Amino acid sequence: MNESDIQRRQFLKTSVGAAAVAIAPGMLLFDMAHGKADSEAVSGKVRWGMLINTANCADGCNDCVTACNRENGLSGGLSSTDSQWIRKIELKDMRTGRELALPMMCQHCEHPPCVDVCPTGASFKRADGIVLVDKHLCIGCRYCMMACPYKARSFVHGPLHDQNPDVPRGKGTVESCTMCVHRVDQGKQPACAEACPNKSILFGDLNDPESEIAKKVRSEASVQVRADLQLNTGVRYQGL
Amino acid sequence: MFRLIVILISLGLAASAYAAESKFVPKPDIGKGGQCVEDPQWMRKNHMHVLKHQRDETVHEGIRDIKHSLKNCIECHASTKDDSVIAREDSFCVACHRFEAVKIDCFECHSGTRKSAWLQRNAK
Repeated sequence: MNESDIQRRQFLKTSVGAAAVAIAPGMLLFDMAHGKADSEAVSGKVRWGMLINTANCADGCNDCVTACNRENGLSGGLSSTDSQWIRKIELKDMRTGRELALPMMCQHCEHPPCVDVCPTGASFKRADGIVLVDKHLCIGCRYCMMACPYKARSFVHGPLHDQNPDVPRGKGTVESCTMCVHRVDQGKQPACAEACPNKSILFGDLNDPESEIAKKVRSEASVQVRADLQLNTGVRYQGL
Repeated sequence: MFRLIVILISLGLAASAYAAESKFVPKPDIGKGGQCVEDPQWMRKNHMHVLKHQRDETVHEGIRDIKHSLKNCIECHASTKDDSVIAREDSFCVACHRFEAVKIDCFECHSGTRKSAWLQRNAK
């Protein structure tokens, strides 16, 4: 190999490196602005999660619940046969008298018990950490409802009409919070996070060290509900 | 020979004219119609496989290509009168499925309405 060949190689190496540097920031901006492309499969590099700051969650405010109901076409009824994907919980420590309110929904566990018990594979965790029910496979046995420590799942007891075209729901299947997967895939926020007037629901990618949620869980104390079960939930709470 | 060809062609024309007018063949309301995403004759035979493949990719992997999605079918083929593929006897999905006695349960969960119409109706 002569001198000019070596120089040529060196030139090619540096120019490829320069091109990568020039392109990479643009790609990053595109990723953040638009989420993934429609034809792209979701990736395990992403872990969607939520951080809920109970200090900002106002007592008596129900905006996240109504936004969820409207987005997903739930009736908003509270009877035992009505679907509830997100609930507002009010807690009181009887010893100290401290009261707090928080929203409770599917915690999108890394090791979801609902997926473990599902006999048909309908209950599954997507690569990006969102736990879903494939209603094409669900036989309505409701084992997952019994397995869930957060009482997050509901069963559709009666026929439904006029569903949101983006959110198919139907009789005889189990359903729960989808983290608004149809919105997330378009690069939008879940309906509850968008609706919260106090911005107490922070949604984002826990795996991206530069994301707001990752920075916040790194710098401030937050806990998982029933952390003793070691499910590694995607939803975390502050101020419990 | 030439006479034979002429006879065959005229027979063929007569047969196709008869088929087009037959009252035994379902005549679905094809909605906006236009150019289908695949060859229409191929779609008549294979649309269920296409939809099933797409549904698994969408639900499990989040691949939301619109080309073969149910929503895209509905977008073109929902009736221009009522924005639905299932509302009437001659609606796009109902007409053939009733004729063939194939019961589909897609629309027990999925909306059979064109999304733009649904959004307009449910605008808050």
